Amino acid sequence: MTAEPILSVEGFSKQFELHEQGKIIPSSSNVNFDVYAGKLTALIGPTGAGKSSVLKGIFRTYLPSSGRIIYHAVNGHTLDLVQADDYQILDLRRQEIGFVTQFLHALPRQATEDVVAQPLFQRGVNRDQARQKARELLEQLNIPERLWSVPPATFSGGEKQRVNLARGLIAKPRLLLLDEPTASLDPATTDRVVEMIQAMKIEGTAMLAIFHHPDLVERLADNVVTLTPPLALDNKEVA
Amino acid sequence: MTAMRKANAAYPFGFLDEYAKKEVRRTILKAIAIPGYQVPYSSREMPMGRGFGTGGLQLTLSIIGADDTLKVIDQGSDDSVNAVNLRSFIEMTCDGIDTTDITDEANVIQSRHRIPEKPLREDQVIVLQVPYPDPLVVVEPSEDKRKIMHGEADYSRLLVKLYEDIVQFDEITISHRYPTRINDHYVIDPSPIPRWDVPKLNQSKALVLLGAGREKKIYAVPPYTDAEPLAFDDVPFRVESFNDENGQRRCCDRCGDNTSFLDEFTSSVGNKVYQCSDSDWCREQLVAKGE
Amino acid sequence: MEKILEVRNLSKVFGKGCPNCFIKTGPDLDTNICPDCGSVVAIHDLSLDLYKGEILGIMGESGSGKSTVVKNLFFDQEPTSGRATFFDDDKQYDLFGLNAAQKRHLRNHRFGMVYQNPHLGLNFGISSGGNIAERLLMNDLRNYSEIRERARELLERTEVLTNRMDELPGNFSGGMQQRVQIAKALAINPPLLFLDEVTTGLDLSVQAKILDLILEIQQEMNTAMIVVTHDLGVVRLLAGRTIVMKYGRIIESGLTDQILEDPQHAYTQRLVASAL
Repeated sequence: MTAEPILSVEGFSKQFELHEQGKIIPSSSNVNFDVYAGKLTALIGPTGAGKSSVLKGIFRTYLPSSGRIIYHAVNGHTLDLVQADDYQILDLRRQEIGFVTQFLHALPRQATEDVVAQPLFQRGVNRDQARQKARELLEQLNIPERLWSVPPATFSGGEKQRVNLARGLIAKPRLLLLDEPTASLDPATTDRVVEMIQAMKIEGTAMLAIFHHPDLVERLADNVVTLTPPLALDNKEVA
Repeated sequence: MTAMRKANAAYPFGFLDEYAKKEVRRTILKAIAIPGYQVPYSSREMPMGRGFGTGGLQLTLSIIGADDTLKVIDQGSDDSVNAVNLRSFIEMTCDGIDTTDITDEANVIQSRHRIPEKPLREDQVIVLQVPYPDPLVVVEPSEDKRKIMHGEADYSRLLVKLYEDIVQFDEITISHRYPTRINDHYVIDPSPIPRWDVPKLNQSKALVLLGAGREKKIYAVPPYTDAEPLAFDDVPFRVESFNDENGQRRCCDRCGDNTSFLDEFTSSVGNKVYQCSDSDWCREQLVAKGE
Repeated sequence: MEKILEVRNLSKVFGKGCPNCFIKTGPDLDTNICPDCGSVVAIHDLSLDLYKGEILGIMGESGSGKSTVVKNLFFDQEPTSGRATFFDDDKQYDLFGLNAAQKRHLRNHRFGMVYQNPHLGLNFGISSGGNIAERLLMNDLRNYSEIRERARELLERTEVLTNRMDELPGNFSGGMQQRVQIAKALAINPPLLFLDEVTTGLDLSVQAKILDLILEIQQEMNTAMIVVTHDLGVVRLLAGRTIVMKYGRIIESGLTDQILEDPQHAYTQRLVASAL
């Protein structure tokens, strides 16, 4: 690779200190990899290897325990996401870094198209334009039009997942984190998602993904990083 | 009458002792210096129940001198019981003063519920009797808070009251005691004068003194001071209308004048009759007509 | 991003106070009552920043001091010590150094507050429209039809039936009263809004609608808000950042999803673990 990575994860570790139980639970340990513009890096490894912890650590949903996460921002600046303050992270979330998780958190009463358009609302995009864009994405993801104005609360798992995906893709982030984005989708819809991810790669989006199926890694990944479960620290007492 | 004269001798001029009058005068000076501000004072016991005009009476007794000519009116009339009693009390205790029914002749006018129709002059003082001095009492029960509201000229809640009035009745229904802003700051209760009389406060040539005996407050609208009734830009303050159902201005049944504030009576035969509320004004109109 | 509010070392003690008040209270000692003098340390040494358009959550149980924070900032109470600076375009105000009239000016013109108890935020003696009118009148709007129009718009925005705008708030349901309160708070487009347990005690479906409304308003008007709540769900849905308080101290702060998914402090872990 000749290009500079957008994201470099260096010596990332995450462990949880459970005060109540007096335990330290290791989750990821000494993870190193790079993510490039227009390329998809897939994290693979058995359950318990801490794949999701890495994504959440990058997004600051988890506080990394050690290591560096160097991000090259669009303005040319470089910052360590481990050290960045809350406002820098919030700003990157709004402008540059997207995260599609397996779970949909949305306001209880919000219409699906508004749930999807939310990242654009936050950027101050005109509401009608944002909704228009949301509808296009929902259509591409085979969500029936009659559901667009309904809150997604009652949707099936697969539908919710697609709403989540649409929301993650709509703002065209520079760096997109994907945590099993197709876990509960039928093959046809999965193909759609694959097409969309490929299109985003062509547009230059850097992606870091965890896939349910080895098949998807095959189809989409440019780089593969294998994680192993961290050394057992069972019953280790809190220092 | 002899007994009264005797009683008279036992009291100083103006019934109140000099110290009491001095305190009232000092309070008046402060009230003039801060137009519209309710200055507290130690309202004295008077030989009549509080609420019968003791505030106005103390003001009159404190400012009147032997050379002055006094007029006392109640609801526009010099002959009502209240006016007669107050006048005779002041006559009795202020040796040498003159009294009159004629607005023009008086230089001190004590009044309840009206300001004379005849425009007052710079050399006249009008004393108004006030039952409730604080216009904010209808929206705020705590006097401490009311004082802060006055200090900060915070009258939005009074305006809300007007808003609610318009919502309910399509117009501002306050008939008496219309809240009026003095000199761009303090809002006063101008005493139970009708709306008709409120504009007379604005840039009045005469000094207007207001006294509330029971509430122990004195305030003033000094001569040539702005007095602006609270209102909305698009729902302006209006005085009472005396037009009949055909839009014709009613006139006084007695003198025929169609410019004054009219009282409504029911005549002995049962129909409605209108007469000037200001009896001296009515008299003057009759004189002018040569009757 | 522009800072709108900066609070530094804010403390509030109820009671006469003594030199030991701060030493002998706090989360580690599991009390906010000074054992020496009996004073209640509601807040000790609290600092926070708030940026334009941001929603900050303050989470804690009863007695954590979370409501006291916004009550101090909204001048309902006076702090014992500390500073707070409000940045209003090119002006800045030292909040606790202002005189009463200046405080009232900010309350009426630049701040909004929505209380848990609608009786604190609304005058129940006047109509809902009148409540909003009051705030507009404070801002020197003197045109009756404009006031009516604006009140109607606001109530429409907060989904209160405008044909009921001339009714007293006492005729309304709790959720509706909160909407009127929000409409009143928003009447002057305040850049800074305090929300104190606004959905507590409401039906879940009503809660959702109110939260939705708050979020929409924040996005539409870029209002900065401090949301005080004991409800994790409320901060999850509304707040970008969250502060966790216990016995008057901040024990943890961070991005809301991090606080909820990776809480660092034992207390927060317990709080999150015990949530439904």
